[in-house]
Amino acid sequence: MPKLTLRVNRQTHTIDCSASTLLVEALREQLRLTGTHVGCDTSQCGACTVHVDGASVKSCTMLAVEAEGAEITTIEGLADGDKLHPMQAAFQEHHGLQCGFCTPGMVMSAVDLCKRVKAPSEPEVRTWLEGNLCRCTGYHNIVKAVMAGADGMNGGKP
Amino acid sequence: MTAYVRPADLAEATRVLADHPAWMILAGGTDLMVHAQHQPVPVGILDLWRLPGLGGIDARQRDDRSWLRLGAGTTWREVIADARVQHALPNLVAAAREIGALQIQARGTIGGNLGTSSPVGDSLPVWLALGAEIELRSVHGTRTVPYADYCTGYRKTARGVEELITAVWAPVPATGTRLHWRKVGTRKAQSISKVMAAAALALDGDTITAARIGLGAVADRPIRATAIEAALVGRRLGDDAIAAARAALAIAPITDVRSTAAYRHDVAANLIARFVAA
Repeated sequence: MPKLTLRVNRQTHTIDCSASTLLVEALREQLRLTGTHVGCDTSQCGACTVHVDGASVKSCTMLAVEAEGAEITTIEGLADGDKLHPMQAAFQEHHGLQCGFCTPGMVMSAVDLCKRVKAPSEPEVRTWLEGNLCRCTGYHNIVKAVMAGADGMNGGKP
Repeated sequence: MTAYVRPADLAEATRVLADHPAWMILAGGTDLMVHAQHQPVPVGILDLWRLPGLGGIDARQRDDRSWLRLGAGTTWREVIADARVQHALPNLVAAAREIGALQIQARGTIGGNLGTSSPVGDSLPVWLALGAEIELRSVHGTRTVPYADYCTGYRKTARGVEELITAVWAPVPATGTRLHWRKVGTRKAQSISKVMAAAALALDGDTITAARIGLGAVADRPIRATAIEAALVGRRLGDDAIAAARAALAIAPITDVRSTAAYRHDVAANLIARFVAA
């Protein structure tokens, strides 16, 4: 099995990995970073969203070997120790989840949005989250959480 | 064990493909990865993602015409953001906005959609309506093929096994040309198309002087509605053109898990009717 070196959450990992292994498989099964979820396996649900060099990517559409040399961030790498990322804090504060399955992908997508657009409008948030499906709560609290998280990322209260 | 090569430039990419024509050619992977899990593991993967020489959108002159040359590695997000494309090819931008969602638009590429050549490929009817040409390159040289001759059957194309799709050449439509796009699916975001239609209409006042119409998801490949195109010439926008278009629609879509033949037929007729409304 060939060796592959991945930078994930500011750490370097060397894993055994075939060229056909998906990034999400490497993250979950080799690195045991199971916060990144697989909902559909067909690039629709967005539960597997991670950041590759800062941009949100569905990690089931990418091979692990393609990520070599890139800086990958998963939901586990977002918090600073015990201190939640402002977007995570906003999801908690505004109850932007019910079962929680879609939440890691929602949070990762939202962080990417709010890095690109400092104060996104509600329609911008809804458009941006088209690629992330929630099957429990509907999207109302999620959108509220993302708007608050955007404030939090700009130094306001999440 | 699957081999994996990320070439440094186009020359290396075409050499690798000449040596290994059966390898999987990977661009953004947004479609390929979904299918790959249900297919035999490929012998090798030629990864074209961010390959220098495959990106970029340039204005070009050729055959006394103005063209936009869009590199095959251009992502949908790059198409949407490009001011020249927004201005000259708004129906391509409209199609790009409805491909998957933002994460897919960030990885999916022009060349990938052409390579997969699905009958429901969202960008493909636009190339028919625009009269675009596909640039193919191998170690033996470069050629361009009109899109109408490129897709030859269900997921079959004129691309030789040693050829890479390197760009699309889209002629810049004459000023005043009306460009249209519409996709109908189960839901607005992220759905696989039931019917797609794209059109370019040249007008003299409100009389149609030329029409090109591309349809998707109504046949085994993207098709031109040539009978409607002919019937529309000389018709006035509005009831005159709508009646002519409806009478000339000749498609035989299939019934499948996503839709019925009758629904696809009627929706295709309605989309074209809207395009030629007053």
